[in-house]
Amino acid sequence: MARVVHAIQCIVCPIGCGGEVTVEDGTVTTLTGFTCNKGLAYAAKEVVSPKRMVTTTVRVSGGGLPLLPVVSVAPVPKDRIFDCLNLLRGVSVMAPIAEGEIVVADALGLGVDFRAARDISVVQ
Amino acid sequence: MRELSYDVVAIGGGPAGMAAALAAREAGAERVLIIERDRELGGILQQCIHNGFGLRRFEEELTGPGYAHRYIEMVRNSDIDVWLDTTVLAAEPGGVITSVSPQAGLQVVRATSVVYAMGCRERTRGAIRTPGSRPAGVFTAGAAQRMVNMEGYLPGKEVVIVGSGDIGLIMARRMTFEGAKVKAVFEIMPYSNGLTRNIVQCLEDFGIPLYLGHSVTAIHGKDRVTGITVSQVNEKLEIVPDTAFDVACDCVLLSVGLIPENELGRAAGLMLDPITGGALVDQFRQTSLPGFFAAGNVLHVHDLVDWVSEEAAIAGRSAARHARGELPEGGAARQVAAGEGIRTVVPQRLSPLEPGKMSVRFYFRAARPMGASLLQLYADGELAFERKLRIVKPSEMIVADIPVRKIGAATKLEFRLAPAPGKAETEEEIGEEA
Amino acid sequence: MTGTFGAGPLPATADVVVIGGGVVGCAIARELTRFELSVLLIERAPDVATGTSKANSGILHAGFDADPGTWKAKLNVRGARLYADLAEGLGIPRKATGSLVVAKDAGQMDTVADLRQRGRDNGVPGLEIWNRDRLLAHEPNVSPEVAGALWAPSGAIVCPFLATVGFAENAIRNGARIVTECAVTGIDVVGGAITAVCTTRGRVATRFVVNAAGLHSGAVARLAGDDSFTIRPRRGEYILFDRSVGQLVNTVLFPTPDKVSKGILVAPTVHGNVFIGPDAVDIDDPDDRETTAGGLAGIVAGARRIVPALPLGTAITEFAGLRAAAGKDFVIGPSPVTRGLVHAAGIQSPGLTSAPAIGEAMVEVLAEAGLKLRPRAGFVPVNPAKPRFHDLDRPAQAALVAADPLYGRVICRCETITEAEIVAAILSPCGARTVDGVKRRVRAGAGRCQGGFCGPRVTAILARELGIPVTAVRKDSADSWLFLPRADIGAAEGIHA
Repeated sequence: MARVVHAIQCIVCPIGCGGEVTVEDGTVTTLTGFTCNKGLAYAAKEVVSPKRMVTTTVRVSGGGLPLLPVVSVAPVPKDRIFDCLNLLRGVSVMAPIAEGEIVVADALGLGVDFRAARDISVVQ
Repeated sequence: MRELSYDVVAIGGGPAGMAAALAAREAGAERVLIIERDRELGGILQQCIHNGFGLRRFEEELTGPGYAHRYIEMVRNSDIDVWLDTTVLAAEPGGVITSVSPQAGLQVVRATSVVYAMGCRERTRGAIRTPGSRPAGVFTAGAAQRMVNMEGYLPGKEVVIVGSGDIGLIMARRMTFEGAKVKAVFEIMPYSNGLTRNIVQCLEDFGIPLYLGHSVTAIHGKDRVTGITVSQVNEKLEIVPDTAFDVACDCVLLSVGLIPENELGRAAGLMLDPITGGALVDQFRQTSLPGFFAAGNVLHVHDLVDWVSEEAAIAGRSAARHARGELPEGGAARQVAAGEGIRTVVPQRLSPLEPGKMSVRFYFRAARPMGASLLQLYADGELAFERKLRIVKPSEMIVADIPVRKIGAATKLEFRLAPAPGKAETEEEIGEEA
Repeated sequence: MTGTFGAGPLPATADVVVIGGGVVGCAIARELTRFELSVLLIERAPDVATGTSKANSGILHAGFDADPGTWKAKLNVRGARLYADLAEGLGIPRKATGSLVVAKDAGQMDTVADLRQRGRDNGVPGLEIWNRDRLLAHEPNVSPEVAGALWAPSGAIVCPFLATVGFAENAIRNGARIVTECAVTGIDVVGGAITAVCTTRGRVATRFVVNAAGLHSGAVARLAGDDSFTIRPRRGEYILFDRSVGQLVNTVLFPTPDKVSKGILVAPTVHGNVFIGPDAVDIDDPDDRETTAGGLAGIVAGARRIVPALPLGTAITEFAGLRAAAGKDFVIGPSPVTRGLVHAAGIQSPGLTSAPAIGEAMVEVLAEAGLKLRPRAGFVPVNPAKPRFHDLDRPAQAALVAADPLYGRVICRCETITEAEIVAAILSPCGARTVDGVKRRVRAGAGRCQGGFCGPRVTAILARELGIPVTAVRKDSADSWLFLPRADIGAAEGIHA
C-alpha cells in the first residue's frame, strides 16, 4: 500500500496556512493543519490535480489603453496555464468593454471562461 | 483661478480615496470631492491585474482592476465629484487645497475636512545603496508592472528580482507568463517580505529559486545591464567573504519596500511616525493637523487592499463628522507605543473614546517572524490584555480589536509580542468594528 | 542662422571641428560662434554632457588650489568670474554659496593659511581665515572638533549638466552644428597638417580640430599621430541625498587638501540636494563608472570627518564620475606634432569652472595656429528663459496653464515637473533625446522616486515628440534600450502618457 505525505502550503487566502495531506493508493485519507473548508478543499485537490487562477492581458483597440486585463472565472489545471496564455496572446478585442464581459468562452475546452477584469471605454 | 468649497476632499482616487469619499458621503457629508492625478480612478490597483483582492471586503476573489471597478461603480452611482488628471500642489492648514489640471488650470478648494490618500512609492536602488554601474534595465517592480500590464512593453527577457516584496513576487510570475526567464529572487533578510501564497504560486509553481540571506553587491553593464554579483550575508547582514557569485541578466527588478507618499503632508507640517513614514493619527485617523485625516498606504503600507478600504472608511466617516462639527474635541492625548516584537502600530495615539464604543481596532507590523505568539497590551505598565496569534510574519499585518474596558483610563498604552507558551488554538479573530 | 543638433548627417566641410560634447567642447564651440566660421561639434553619445561633465561636484572653485602661473590657476579664476556674468542668460542654475576649507587642527590651519596666500597670488577675491566659532555659526552641522576654516566668498555651485546644455544650446542658436552618435574613427593628416576627420557618420574635411574629447582625448590625439600626453582616468564616487535634508550644509565644505585630491566634500547642489564625495582612484577603463562598496564606505567615512551626522537613510542615488587626468596641469595649446590640431585636454578639476575661460583661451590658440577670425554680427549671447512651473508663484502658474494646458499636467511628482516643461526640453535647439537627457534638463525623475512613477510617462512623451516607437527610446547611451515589444504587440503602438 502506497502512502505518501505531501506538505502543502495553502494559497486560498493571505493567511497562508501550511499543512500535510496524506494520500494512500491515490486517495486522500487525512488532512492536517488547514483551518477552513476552502483550505481543506484546496489541499485535497492540490495533491491530485493542482489548479490555478490565470490572469493576463489581451490586446484592445479603440480604448484609452492598449491592453485589457482578463481573468479566468475558475482555476485552470496547472499544466494548461501556458496553453491558455498562448491562446490569449492571440486574442484582440474592440472597445467598449464592460467588466465581466466574456472575452474567451470555454478556453481550450477546459470549461473555463476568461472575462474582462475592467471597463474600457471608447476613446476617439 | 476657480475657488470652490467642499465638506470633505479626498486627495487621491485609489482604493483609500474612494472608500474614504464614499464613507464620508454615507456619513452625511454633503459635498464630497475626490482629486486624482491619473486619468482614471483606481490608483495602483489598475496595474495589479493578478487575483487575490477582496476576499475579506467582498468575500470573493477579485483582480486589482476588478476590485477597483467595484468602488468606481459605487463612486459613479453617488453624487461625489471627481476631478481626474488633476494634481494637488498644496494642502494647507485650514483646508485650502490648490490643484492644477490641463483642463481647469489652477483651482483652489476650501475643504472643511481633508483625507490624505496619496498611497505610497517604491524604494529605489539609491535607497539601498547597491554599488556598480548605472545601466538601463534596472527598474522598480511597480514601474515594470505598469509597462507590462498597462502599456504592453517588456522591461527585459532575462530577469533577476531583488527583494522579495509582493510586487516582486507577482512580477516574477508575470514576466514568466510573458515569456521572460526569471532567474532568481534575492532577499537580504533571512525571511521573505512577501505573502506565503505568493511564494508558492509565483515562484515555486515555476521553479524560480528564492535566495534568502543574499545581497546584491554589484550591478554590471555600461549601456544595458549585463548581470549582477550576489553574496551571502550573515545575521548582521554583513557580506560573508568568498560567497560571491555572478548572475547574467538583462533586467533587474527591485522590490525592496514601499514608502508613504507623504510630501503634501510634510509640506503642511504634520507630525510623522519615523517608522511607518506616515502621519501620527488617532483612532479617527485624524493627523496632528485638525481636519486632516489619512488612510491607506499614505498612512502605513498595507499588504491587503481590503484593510485599506476599511481604514479609509474610518477616516472618511471621521472626516464627515468633523465637517459637521461632531467629532469629539479634546486632543489625541494618549500615546500608543510599539514595544518589544512590534515594529509599527496604528493608530499611534488615542483621542477620548466615544460613549458606547466597545472596542478599538489596531493595526500592527511585527518586528521579526515569530511562531505562535501573544499580542499583549500594557496599560500604564500593567499587562491589561493578551491574545494568541497562531503565527507572526513581518510581511502580514496584524489586525486586532482591543476591548475598550481593557484600555480603561490608562494614559500610556504599549503593545508587545511575546512567544506563546503553548500552541494557539485559533487564528486571529476579527471582531466587529463598533 | 540656427545650427542643428542630433544624430544627423555630417556636413562635407567645416572650418573647425570640435571633438567632444562635454562642458569644455560646448563652451569652446559657443566661443567660436562669435566669428564668421562654420563650427561643427561631434559627440559619440546621443547627448551632450555624458562623460565627466555629467558626474562631478558641480562646484565653481574660487581658485586657490592651483599653483600660480599654471593654466589651472589662470583659467579657474577667470572662469568663475565669467559664470557670474553668463549663467543667468544661458539658463545655467548657479548659487553663490561661497566655500569653506575646514581645518581640524593647528597643522591644517597652517595649510589653510598657505592656501589663502596662494589664492591671493592667483587673484582670488575676499579670502578670509575663520575661527572655530565663526565656522560653526555658519555651518552648525560641522563637527565640533574643528580648528577653523578658509572662507572663499567667490566659491559657488552650478548644475554642470545645464551648464553644458546652456553652452551647447547657445552655440546652436548661433549657428553651430552638433552631430551626436558620431564617433571619431580616424584623422587624416597630410604633410603634417590636418585635412579631415573620419567618423562613424562619414568624413568631414577641415583644417582645424579642437580635441576636447575628455577621457578619450589621448586616444584622439594619437589618431592624429600625436602621443605627447596620456589620459589617466581617475574615478570618484558620490552619494546624493534627498532635498528634505537640503539644510544640512549652507556652503561647499572641503576638508583641508592633501597632495592627491581636494578630499571628500559635503556640499549643496543648486537643486537643493546635498551630496558627499568624491574619492580618487586611478583606473584603466575610460568608461568604467561602477560604484563600489568600499568606495561608498570610504566617502561616508571621509564626509563624517566634516559632518558627523550624515542622513544616510535619505540617500537617493549613488554614482561615479571619471576625471581625465593628464598630469599636474591642463593640456591647452597646439599639438607639438600635427598642424591644425589643438588640445583642450587633461581637463580635470577645476575644469567645469574653467570651461568658459578655456573657450576664450582656445580661440587665441586657434588664431595663433592660423585660423582666420572675423567677428560675426548678430551673435546672440543668451538663451530664451524656460519657465519652471515649480518655481513660480500661483498667478504665474495659472497664466502658464492658460497659455499651454500641458503646464497643468504634473508628470514628475517628486520635483513637480509638468508635461509642457518636458516637451520644451525635447523640442529645444539642444533638445533631450533620452530619458536621462530629460532628467538632466528638467529634473523629471531626478527626485526621491528616481523615475519610478514618471519614467514610463517620460518614455511615452519622448516617443511621441520624437516620432519614434517606445522601444526605440533609450536611457542615455546609444545601446541603453529600455523596453522590448510584447510578443503580440506592434512596436509602433503608442502608450498612455
